[in-house]
Parts: sequence; structure tokens; C-alpha cells
Amino acid sequence: MANVLAVLEVRNGALRKGSAELLAAARRLADASGGTVDALVCSTGAVNTDTLGAAGADRVLSASHADFANYCPDGTVATVASVSAQYRAIVVSASATGKDLAPRIAARINAPCAMDVTSVDLSGDTIRVVRPVYAGKALQTVDLRGSTVIAVRPGAYAGLGAGKAGANVSITVPPFTKRLDVTGIRTANTGLLDVAEARVVISGGRGLGDPKHFVLLEELAAAFGGEAAVGASRAVVDAGWAEHGAQVGQTGKTVAPELYIAVGISGAIQHLAGMRTAKVIVAINRDKDAPIFKVADYGIVGDLFEVVPALTAAVKQVKAH
Amino acid sequence: MKIAVCLRRTPDTTAKIVIAAGGTSIDETGVKFVPNPYDEYAIEAAIALKEKAGAGETVVVALGADSVQETLRTALAMGIDRAVHLQGNASADGLENARALADHVRGGGYDLVLFGKLAVDDYGQQTGAMVAELLELPCATAITMLEIADGRATVEREVEGGVEQATCALPAVFTCDKGLNNPRLPSLKGIMAARKKPFDIAPVTVAAGAVTVASLVLPPERAAGRIVGEGAAAVPALMQLLVSDAKVI
Ligand SMILES: Cc1cc2nc3c(=O)[nH]c(=O)nc-3n(C[C@H](O)[C@H](O)[C@H](O)COP(=O)(O)OP(=O)(O)OC[C@H]3O[C@@H](n4cnc5c(N)ncnc54)[C@H](O)[C@@H]3O)c2cc1C
Ligand SMILES: Nc1ncnc2c1ncn2[C@@H]1O[C@H](COP(=O)(O)O)[C@@H](O)[C@H]1O
Repeated sequence: MANVLAVLEVRNGALRKGSAELLAAARRLADASGGTVDALVCSTGAVNTDTLGAAGADRVLSASHADFANYCPDGTVATVASVSAQYRAIVVSASATGKDLAPRIAARINAPCAMDVTSVDLSGDTIRVVRPVYAGKALQTVDLRGSTVIAVRPGAYAGLGAGKAGANVSITVPPFTKRLDVTGIRTANTGLLDVAEARVVISGGRGLGDPKHFVLLEELAAAFGGEAAVGASRAVVDAGWAEHGAQVGQTGKTVAPELYIAVGISGAIQHLAGMRTAKVIVAINRDKDAPIFKVADYGIVGDLFEVVPALTAAVKQVKAH
Repeated sequence: MKIAVCLRRTPDTTAKIVIAAGGTSIDETGVKFVPNPYDEYAIEAAIALKEKAGAGETVVVALGADSVQETLRTALAMGIDRAVHLQGNASADGLENARALADHVRGGGYDLVLFGKLAVDDYGQQTGAMVAELLELPCATAITMLEIADGRATVEREVEGGVEQATCALPAVFTCDKGLNNPRLPSLKGIMAARKKPFDIAPVTVAAGAVTVASLVLPPERAAGRIVGEGAAAVPALMQLLVSDAKVI
């Protein structure tokens, strides 16, 4: 029987996006063998966990500690380790925080760790996961024996949206040494969503010609009403036109939004590495032979300065209805 | 300032991936191998920190078959002082590799142990944090800023929607991300000097661990896309497809 612990992420006193998705992955793994799902929430106190039962948690384990005001890897690892013996698998979201946490937990409890998994199954006695490697140029299937730690890639599992009422249990944070002190988060000044989390990502490349033209993409993003983020190719990040945090691709972020719109981006292999798993890809490029059109579901050949404003107007119109 | 950098040999990122017979690894024929790109940020940080401190030693450590020696020499040519080849076969289980690296680094008197944030071949994204945990050292992963003063480190790392800031005492372990610095290229003088630098070979046995690679395949091709049309005139047709067919708006 595979009991699963899902370690959820909290920031500023609230559960992060992706919690429901992670529970859906945990549920799938547990249900394969009649196991249970516990959700662990490390925080300073009251975090609203009302939705977790419906999202798939049988129980919510709440661990409170003053040091959990910011991300506290040392305290979280100690807490997970104190309950880990009950679980066959410990899952986290493969976010910046989850990727930081997973290998620490694995080393502490002497378990193998698989990062960025897009699918997870129990097959006989082993947990079998699939994960992109070589910058998404290949998919690796790996078998993990014994207890395992798995970081599930955001976008890989849809939330369940229906489950049981989760019971609430308080657990004690064991003593730990706070080796790393996270002092805070400087939020990006754009106020826009992060490309790794947005449902819609609109990325600009060198075709924009000048940093000031990013405003065209910001307007298009705004038309989507708070669910779109603006990304960038490395060429424009290196040129200083966009922040590194916006870079999509092999040396930037991997994104899997429902809709990815590439504007004035040629579609170099390193860029594709970061966005080829988007559900729908749209490309706007004036060069009909640009490689981006090979991966795009829908392409428009044309001048972005003409096409993007027209698209913005059209999206606004649809959203207004 | 004594700094260790753990270095991995990886295929050049532009390499075309061909699956080898057996279906669990890549065909290395004709593939160019380079130092893992993220490890170059670690190497640059190590060299620059030692230069700034004016004293100390930088050491580069690689676990693997004899082919890693070429990679280690590249690091020496960039300016690292000394190389260690942990001669043995790395495991598919990152924790076993971390153990071998931790065993070597332990007791070495290092102020800093630096890693890349990920290896561009297996995308393991775990070795550095595991070594830190095994050595019970403070750790921050995927850092884009590092400052050392008075025996403490201040770092920044990118998280969704912002930049996380943290501090810790040395010795510490960090994994390095793009943005940390601009790695220098090996100079001709550096390449000459590298030949005379200390180069140790230490055989190690890495346990098999709990991970088996069952298969490696190329990703499914995306279904052939289509050009909806040209210019702004194609926008209504595109909207129709996005709203009615793909249902993403
Ligand atoms: C190790 C390594 C890692 C890398 N990592 C990344 C990464 O993470 N992310 C990444 O993006 N790149 C990465 N790159 C760089 C990558 O190889 C490309 O150089 C880069 O993606 C190109 O950016 P671009 O598409 O914006 O520019 P270009 O290739 O110059 O393309 C610009 C496009 O805009 C089009 N265009 C021009 N004007 C207009 C107009 N008015 N209207 C419409 N279209 C127009 C052109 O037809 C062209 O296709 C990496 C490279 C290396 C070597
Ligand atoms: N065989 C190895 N020898 C030395 N260092 C390694 C080895 N494998 C991984 N590393 C280090 O660990 C980092 C992350 O690798 P990975 O966890 O495999 O993604 C790399 O960037 C290297 O710094």
C-alpha cells in the first residue's frame, strides 16, 4: 500500500497555486494501491486549508513554527523526516521551492529522488516516473525502489476538484538547526504573473526590435485579465530588454501553460526546450520559414506590430462578452 | 578561502539526441562534450572569490569514467588550482553520487562547496542539496547572487514571482544558476598552465542505489501545426480556433 505525503507550499500565509494539482498527483499514486494521502502544511499558524479535502487529501497535517514565516528548508526537512516512515512516497511541486526541498528530504531520509516528473505510477513494487531530460529533448522512464521523494512538474496534473472532507491533525515540529535563514522575498516590480505559473504566456523575442515594444505584449497580457504573464527569449534577456526571471528556455524557465504565444521569436532549440509542452502554441513571425512554426499549433505569418494589436483588440472583445 | 567545485561532463546543449541501442541512454557518437554549463558559473564564482580574498585554493572534483579528465582540464585552464578525478562509474541514483562527492569533500576544510543548479543531461537537480544535507551544511540552491563578508554568505535565488534572499554562516553549499556571473573562457596561457597543475586520481566505488532507468525515448512530435494566415487579417480565424477548437480563451 502506498501512502503518500504531499508537502504543500505556503507563502505569505496562504497556500501556493499548484497545491490542488499536487494533491491530484498524490491521489492517483495512493489510489493505485488503496493508500491514503496526507497533506503537510508548514506555517506560522492559521492557513486556510478548507479546500484540501476536496482536492484529494484524506488528512491535513498542520505543523506550526515561528520560523515558518518564510520558507525554512531546515525546519521543513526536519518535520517531514519526523513523519516520513509512514509514507511510501513524499511528493512536492517542482517549483523553485519544491526543487530546493526535495533533494534535502531525500538525503535526510535516505531515499531516491526524482525531479520534474510529468507522470507517476505504482507498478508492482516500484514507483515508476517519467521525466523530461536533455532539456526536453528526451523522456526518461525511471523505476524507484523503496521510499521515494518526487517533485511533480507544474502543469502535469489537473486538480481533482472533488474528494472527501480532509481531517485536520496538528503535528509537532521537531527541534532543528536553522542553517539557512531566508530573510524574505523581493517581489518582481512588474506586478504581473510569473511565467511559470500563468495559464497564458506571451513571450517576446528579438523581433520586437526595441525594449519599449514589450508594452505591446503587456497590453495583450492585460487583455487576458490577470491570467497571462509576459516571457522572453534569451536573446532579449541578454540584451537587457527583459528580466532574467522572464526567460523561457533551457537556461531560463520551463513553462507548460494552456496557451503560449511566441512573438518575434525564431524558435531556437534552446527556447523550445522551455515551452514545447504548452497545450497550445501560437507563433507570430514575419518569416514563414522560422522554426517556431514547426512546433506551433497555429501560426500567423506577418509583422508583429500589426498582428499583436489586432489580437489584443480581439481578445478584449471576447473577454468583454 | 578554500573552495571546491563539483563538475560534471555533459553533452553540448546543441547536440542532437539519438537514443543508443538498449534504449536507456544516448548514442555518444559524434557528440561534443563540455563542462556542464551551470558548473561554469560555479567555477567562475570560485575563481573570483579566491582572487578577491587574495589567498586560498580552488579545487575541482568530478566523479566518473576517465573521460571526465578532459573536462577537469578545462576547469584548470579557466583558472582553478587543482583537480581531483573520483574514478568510478556514477549511479543512476543521484543520492549515491552525492554520497561519493560528500565523502571526498568531508574533512577537506572547504569554506564553500559549489555546484551547478542542474546537469543538462539527466536534469537530476539534486546533487548539491543532497551533499549539503549529508555534510550537515547550510545550503541554498540555484543562486543568482552571492556575497561573502565576515564569514557569512548572503544569497539571492529566483522563485516564482520574486527573488528570495537568504543568509548563512560558512562553510556552506550553493548551487549556481545563470545570472550569478559571466564565466571566463580558458585563455591560451591558462591552457598551458593547466598542464602543470596538480591532478589527483582517486578510485571510488559508487553503490548502485535504488534507481533504474527503464527507458529513454524521444518525445512525441507535436502534431503538425498550421499557418492560419497572413497579417492582421488572420486574427479573426486564429481567435475562432483558440475559442472554439482549442478552447483556451
Ligand atoms: C547554452 C545555450 C542556452 C540557451 N538558452 C536559451 C534559453 O533558455 N532561452 C532562449 O530563448 N534562448 C536560449 N538560447 C539562445 C537561442 O539559441 C537563440 O539565440 C535565442 O532563443 C534567439 O532569440 P530570438 O528568437 O528572440 O531571436 P532571433 O533568433 O533573432 O529571432 C527573432 C525572430 O523575430 C522575427 N521578427 C523580426 N522582426 C519581426 C516583426 N516585425 N514581426 C514578426 N516577427 C519578426 C524574425 O523573423 C526572427 O524569427 C541559448 C543558447 C545557448 C547556446
Ligand atoms: N558525476 C559528477 N561529478 C561531479 N559533480 C557532479 C556530478 N554529477 C553532478 N554533479 C554536480 O551536481 C550538479 C547538479 O547535477 P544533477 O543533480 O545531476 O542535476 C552539477 O551541476 C555538478 O555540479
